[in-house]
Amino acid sequence: MKYLLKIEVSLKSGHSDPEGETTNKLLTELGYIVDSVDVSKLYTIQLNAKNLKDAKLKAEEMCNRLLANPTKDNYSILIEEQE
Amino acid sequence: MDFQILVIPGGFSFGDYVRAGVILARLLSAKLDKEIRDFVEDNRAILGICNGFQVLVEYGLLPGFEGISEYPEATLTTNIPQGYNCRWIHIKQENKNKCKFTNNIQFGKILNLPIAHSEGRFLFPKEKEEQLIEKLYENDMIVLRYCDEKGELAEKEYPINPNGSLEDIAGICNKEGNIFGLMPHPERAFYWWQKPNWTKNKQISEYGDGKLIFENIIDNLI
Repeated sequence: MKYLLKIEVSLKSGHSDPEGETTNKLLTELGYIVDSVDVSKLYTIQLNAKNLKDAKLKAEEMCNRLLANPTKDNYSILIEEQE
Repeated sequence: MDFQILVIPGGFSFGDYVRAGVILARLLSAKLDKEIRDFVEDNRAILGICNGFQVLVEYGLLPGFEGISEYPEATLTTNIPQGYNCRWIHIKQENKNKCKFTNNIQFGKILNLPIAHSEGRFLFPKEKEEQLIEKLYENDMIVLRYCDEKGELAEKEYPINPNGSLEDIAGICNKEGNIFGLMPHPERAFYWWQKPNWTKNKQISEYGDGKLIFENIIDNLI
């Protein structure tokens, strides 16, 4: 089966986000009233797996082995079954 | 085994994609995990410079409180203030006797080495931060800390601490002292002609401070 994974990796709360803070400053300079900016990464992955359970397991594994560092990152996973 | 030292140099491996050092770390663990574990268990020396330090942390080789960890226990992340810092800085040797790369360098000695990185801010998970810093001190795992030219620690203040690193950490070793990672580049401060402003100084030592680190580990092997 083919699955589409959307994995979002974001910073855990309490960690400084220099990229978000810099973006926030510039948006404010441009005249927007911005309270905060958080930057995250979105990975869109086409995955082959046996079934939905297997796809979920593999997605979790990918996060733990490569995409997220538990010291500073949270991740969320969305899975869609493909035709 | 034919080699005594494994050095992972700097160099933005795989374009620093995903996170600095993580792709090379996972590739090494997929292809050479047994060899690297044997190497570490045999108490052979591993040095990670800049991107190499990031690789060792992402691999789980550093800090390695309980040996090689399955997932990273720390991170080297985006500098604060943000940006690439490429300049000469001062660091202080603060390892008492554990690290095989610095045990002949006097405690408190100030070294002058260059840095070149965007992701050098050493961090622990927020919820365990104090406890893990304590563990670094207890086990004599802190090796190099950012300071000014007189040896005053940066206390996280920029530009003396170039990246916002916790405890002004520039380099740490594992509990056994055979794995050492540092953000500065000792190989770029080996000869006198690599030093900044060497044309202006009439009296200059023959070697840079980086030589001390390489000399130290070689002396331990002989």
